Amino acid sequence: MLTSIAWSSLVSRRKTVFLTFLSLVVSISVLISVEHIRLQAKESFNRTISGVDLIVGAPSGELNLLLYSVFRMGSPTNNIDYNSFTMLKANKSVAWAIPVSLGDSHRGFRVMGTNTDYFKYFKYGSDKPLTMAAGKEFASPFETVLGADVAKELGYKQGDKIVIAHGIGSTSFVNHDQAPFTVSGILAATGTPVDKTVHVSLAAIDAIHLPPSQLKKLVDNPDTQLASPKSITAMMLGLNNKFATFTLQRQINNYKKDRLMAVLPGVAMAQLWQLMANVENLLQVIGYLVLLASLFGLATMLLATMNERQREIAVFRILGASPKLIVSLIILEALIISLLALVFSIGFVTLLLTLLDSWLTAEYGLFLSNNVFSMDLLKLSAVITAATVITALIPGLEAYKNAIHTQLSGR
Amino acid sequence: MTLKENISNDKIINQVAAIELQNVVHTYGKQQANSKSLHFSQWKVEIGQQVFLYGDSGSGKSTLLNLLSGILAPQLGSIKLFGTEMSDLSNSGRDRFRAENIGVVFQQFNLIPYLSVAKNIELAVYLAKSSKQQLVESLQQLMAALKLPSSILHTPVSSLSVGQQQRVAIMRAFINAPKLLLIDEPTSALDNSAKHGFMTLLLEMCQAHNTTMIFVSHDTGLEPFFSLRTPITSFCNGISDEVVG
Repeated sequence: MLTSIAWSSLVSRRKTVFLTFLSLVVSISVLISVEHIRLQAKESFNRTISGVDLIVGAPSGELNLLLYSVFRMGSPTNNIDYNSFTMLKANKSVAWAIPVSLGDSHRGFRVMGTNTDYFKYFKYGSDKPLTMAAGKEFASPFETVLGADVAKELGYKQGDKIVIAHGIGSTSFVNHDQAPFTVSGILAATGTPVDKTVHVSLAAIDAIHLPPSQLKKLVDNPDTQLASPKSITAMMLGLNNKFATFTLQRQINNYKKDRLMAVLPGVAMAQLWQLMANVENLLQVIGYLVLLASLFGLATMLLATMNERQREIAVFRILGASPKLIVSLIILEALIISLLALVFSIGFVTLLLTLLDSWLTAEYGLFLSNNVFSMDLLKLSAVITAATVITALIPGLEAYKNAIHTQLSGR
Repeated sequence: MTLKENISNDKIINQVAAIELQNVVHTYGKQQANSKSLHFSQWKVEIGQQVFLYGDSGSGKSTLLNLLSGILAPQLGSIKLFGTEMSDLSNSGRDRFRAENIGVVFQQFNLIPYLSVAKNIELAVYLAKSSKQQLVESLQQLMAALKLPSSILHTPVSSLSVGQQQRVAIMRAFINAPKLLLIDEPTSALDNSAKHGFMTLLLEMCQAHNTTMIFVSHDTGLEPFFSLRTPITSFCNGISDEVVG
C-alpha cells in the first residue's frame, strides 16, 4: 500500500522526479563504470602473464625487471650471459625457458628477440596460449612475428618488409637499413603488451648489430649458421614442480658465474599494483563524490516539495497516520528513485560495455567483460541504499515536523 | 442533554457517552508573550446524537476538533471518547484510535490529490487496518447512498468537482464505520442547492449508521437540519495568559 502511494506521489511530480532520477543514473553509472574498469584493469593487468614461475634477469629492482621483461616498459640495466640461459634450461626442475632480448625498436614498438619456445610456452589470461591470426612463426633470422596492435597501427600484412632500428625511440639515428625483415606472421590480439611487440629470433638481434660488411654478407646469404648469442636480457622459466620455485630462486640469486636475479611474477605484480592503488582510490573518491552530489539533489527535490505537501500530510494525519509513517513514505519515495536509478545504471553500463566491447578491444586492447555483477556491485548497492536513506532523512525530518504540527483546519 | 451518573469505562455502549469533556485547557504559543488559552468547562454528547456546534471564528472550534480527533493532546483536564480517556493514550495510541473510530471531513482538501478515489479510500482502510473484504461491500452501499457513479473510483481526485470531492470525503469518513464524525464547514465551498443535498445525505447516513456527529460551522443557515444546536461559547471561553499556569 505504502509503496503504491509513494509511486503515485512520484508520478504526480514526474518532471522533477525524472530529472533527479537522471542525475542519479548518471552518477551511479559513473560509479559502476569506475568500479568495473578498476576491477577489470586489475584483472587485465594480472592476465598479462600466466604460467611463468620465475623471471630471471640482471640484478636490479624486482619491479624494474618485471616492467621491462613483461610490460616492455623502461630499459634493462644489464644483460645476462647466454650461458646462464643454457645452464638454467638444462636444470632438471625447469620445464621450459624462454629467452628475452630487448633493446631495439621498430617505429616506437619494442622489438623482442626470443625463440620459438615463446610461441609454445608463453601464456596469458587464464592459461591462454598465443595464437597466430595470420602466417606462421619465424624460421630464419630475417623473419618477424608482429603483435596485433603493431600490425594494425602500422598497416602491415604478412610478407611485408620492415626495418628494425637500434635503440627504442620511434626515430633512431642508427637505422639498421641493411637488415630488412619479412613479416612471417601476425599474432591474434591478447590485450597484453604482446600486442605491441615485434618478435624476432635471437639470431636476428645479433645480426642487426653486426658490422655492415658482415651483415651484408648475411643478408645475401641468410642460411649461414650464426654463432649462438653471447647475452640476452632476461628469461622466463616454467618449472616442473611449483614447490621448487623458492629453492630455484635462491639458487639463481646465489649463482656465482653470472650476476642473476630471479623474481616471482605474482609477487612483483602485486607490488606494481600497489603503486596504482592511489590512482584507483582517487577515481573511487571522485565517483562517490558525484553520487553524493546527486543524493543531495534528491534530498533538495523532496525538501522543495514539502511546503506544497503540507495539506497532504494533514490528510494523512487525520486518517490516523503516525508521523513515523509519513517519514517512511518520504524515505520510500527516495528509495524508489535511487533503486530504480541503480537498476537502470546497471542496465546502461552493461549495454554500453556490450556495444563498445569490440571497439575497445580493437582500439585500445582493453578486454572488459560486460558482466558488471560482482561482490563489489553488491557492496555498492548497499552503500547507495544506505546513503539514500540517510539523505532522505533531511526532507523526512521536515515532514516529521510538519506532521507533528499539523492541525485539522486553518493555518 | 441528559446526564447519566456513574459513567465508567463500562463496555456497555449505551451507558457510555460519546464525548465527555471536563475542564480541558489548551494553551497556544506557550513560550510567547501573546499566548492564548482556551478553557472548555464541561460538555457531553450522547451516542448517536448529531450536534450543530456554532460560533465565531477564533472561538475555539478548530481547537476543539483537534482535541477531539486526538491530534492535539489536552494539557489539562479530561477528554473521554466512548469511555476512552484520551490523555491516557500515547501519541501513536491516539493516532490508532483516530484511524479506527473517528471520521473527519473538513472544508476542502480532504483527499490526497495524486491518488485515485479508490486509492484514497483504500488508504483509510489500510490505516484503520480493517479488512478489504468488508471494503468492497460497504463501498458499493456508500456509493449508492452518496449518488456517486462507480466510474468515479478510478478517476484521480484532482479531476473531481468540489462537490464530488466532498461526497468522496464523506464516503471515506464512513468506510471504517466510525463511531464519531467530526465535520468542519464541509459546505463552504458548495453552492446553495448542492449544500442542501449534501446536508440531507450526511444526516441520513448518520442516522442510518447511528453515528455520533459534531458538525462545526458558523453558517447559521444550516441550523434547521439539526435538532441539537450548541453555541461553543456555552462551554468554552478564552482566558488571558496570566491565569493559566
